[in-house]
Amino acid sequence: MKRVHASTKQVTAPLKRVTALVRRWYGEGPLHLLLLLASFALALYAGVRLLADDWVMVAVWFVGAALLHDLVLVPVYAAADRAVTALVGGRDGGRRERTMYVRVPAALSLLLLLVWYPLITRQVPRYERSTALPADVFLTRWLLVTAALFAGSALWFAVRAWSAARSASRSGREEGAGRG
Amino acid sequence: MRDVPPPSRRTRLRTSLRAAPTRLKDRSPSAPGFWRSPLRGTWFTAVLGTVLLFGMTLLFVTGLLSYAAYNPDLAPVNDKTPDKGLLGFYLFSWPTDPHWLYRLTQGLHVTVGITLIPVLLAKLWSVLPKLFALPPARSLGHALERLSLLLLVGGALFVFATGVLNVQLEYVFPGSFYPLHFYGAWVFFAAFVAHAALKLPQTVRVLRAGGLRERLRTHEGHGPDDEGEDGLAAPRPAEPTVSRRGALGLVGGGSLLLFATTAGQSFDGWPRATALFAPHGGAEPGRGPGAFQVNKTARSVGVGPDRTGESWRLVVAGPGRTLRLTRADLLGLAQHTADLPIACVEGWSTSDQAWSGVRLRDLAALAGYEDDAPAVLVESLQLRGSFRKAALRDNQVRDPRSLLALRVNGADLTPDHGYPARVIVPAAPGVLNTKWVSRLTFGEL
Repeated sequence: MKRVHASTKQVTAPLKRVTALVRRWYGEGPLHLLLLLASFALALYAGVRLLADDWVMVAVWFVGAALLHDLVLVPVYAAADRAVTALVGGRDGGRRERTMYVRVPAALSLLLLLVWYPLITRQVPRYERSTALPADVFLTRWLLVTAALFAGSALWFAVRAWSAARSASRSGREEGAGRG
Repeated sequence: MRDVPPPSRRTRLRTSLRAAPTRLKDRSPSAPGFWRSPLRGTWFTAVLGTVLLFGMTLLFVTGLLSYAAYNPDLAPVNDKTPDKGLLGFYLFSWPTDPHWLYRLTQGLHVTVGITLIPVLLAKLWSVLPKLFALPPARSLGHALERLSLLLLVGGALFVFATGVLNVQLEYVFPGSFYPLHFYGAWVFFAAFVAHAALKLPQTVRVLRAGGLRERLRTHEGHGPDDEGEDGLAAPRPAEPTVSRRGALGLVGGGSLLLFATTAGQSFDGWPRATALFAPHGGAEPGRGPGAFQVNKTARSVGVGPDRTGESWRLVVAGPGRTLRLTRADLLGLAQHTADLPIACVEGWSTSDQAWSGVRLRDLAALAGYEDDAPAVLVESLQLRGSFRKAALRDNQVRDPRSLLALRVNGADLTPDHGYPARVIVPAAPGVLNTKWVSRLTFGEL
């Protein structure tokens, strides 16, 4: 038993030294390095084929997609969200819960537009020619769904406000009826 | 309540001046204080990441299946990625059973892909502070990991963008869809596997720590299991405007809305009417027995009545034998019926249609292959579009349900469904069900 123990120690000792060395120069464990190297090898193998045709435009699309999302799309929707919060939520933020009644329908409507904008904005002349389906229905549907989302949200808000007012009047002048 | 005197203008000015450098620093997105949302935190990211772990894996597997369904290793005409090399390592003969196989796998691929868009966007939002984190790299390992994240995020957005644009026939991407989506998916997946493996321990730890209900109810990203050093939770969170449950509900609601307005395009009848935004949702084109979805109309690919009328002949070629058949000749051969769907790479499909015509294996027998039918090269009259020529493997030709269809749902084929004759093969992608067939060459691809 002792001998076996000693031999494993002899094996693990150099391994530990390698690990410590990798950690010192690389900053992470050796598994991290191996995993990323394998990942880059596969990505490179597929990447040269991805870039084989029109490498400039493909690279522009690949990197541009990330930049467009991170530096344009997110700041724009974050700013819009702040504007909604400031407008609807009240100056001191006392009516924050109201923001959701605008946020939710707006976010869902814009999500549909983001995904289906080529059809909704009639960017695709070949659609009608290829499928024999009408291309002008998508804008109408989007507007109707958007209207329905906002109308539903307004209805929900009205119902909540009405039931809150009712329960407030029922509990009379009892104090501490505010939200928890 | 005690009245507190408002601070004088001077005091206010002094306080704000003293805070100015801090504020300026906080305005840079590299400052942790810049990010104020109380929703961000390891738990929120872990939940979204787990959904994507399963979702993206499903998309990748169904994508690889779709690639195999084209039988790209069978003939050059089927192969849009001839330089695939090792990436085609797993290719196999695409089966003909069950006959709805491609309808299922590709319907899942496109519908689940569209459904996951809100989850992907939310996941990217949840980790955005890390994009701006300084210093750019703490170590060589950290630098490599950040480079890998560019492949991950760029790859995900690239593959989703090409897919979403392609199903809407908006071919604005730089090149042919097949190589872009296929190789892009491999680049993405390489980074995805590494990212999942590196983050899995932390994700499991955070999610297993439990307290799901508690966490859904609370607003703050901070909790006992949040590891502060990962930089996701805001150090100075703003007042919450929504609970975590509300935020996840919005993401889920977005997914549900996209799913509900897309999934119907995989079924005929009333479900298709519910697919309000999907390219093949809404109504069926036209009326009568041929009123089911069309991928490319005859007009759009340059097939006019001048070439499909009386003058049309089907050439059936085999070794040392070439036949020229009229449509009446074909109708004079043994007619068989098969109930099969059309399932497109764009994700939409039809329910089973009742096709009737001549078995491909009977035509192979006419061409000289009495016993074991070989593969066949199918050529179309169409002047434009990919897959004007397509090859079918021997297992597809031998299936008794594989037809050169002349009629559908009890009537002659309509021009848009391939009159005078079209191929229909169980479980094959739509583009391999060649319309307006002009020539069948058995045995030589």
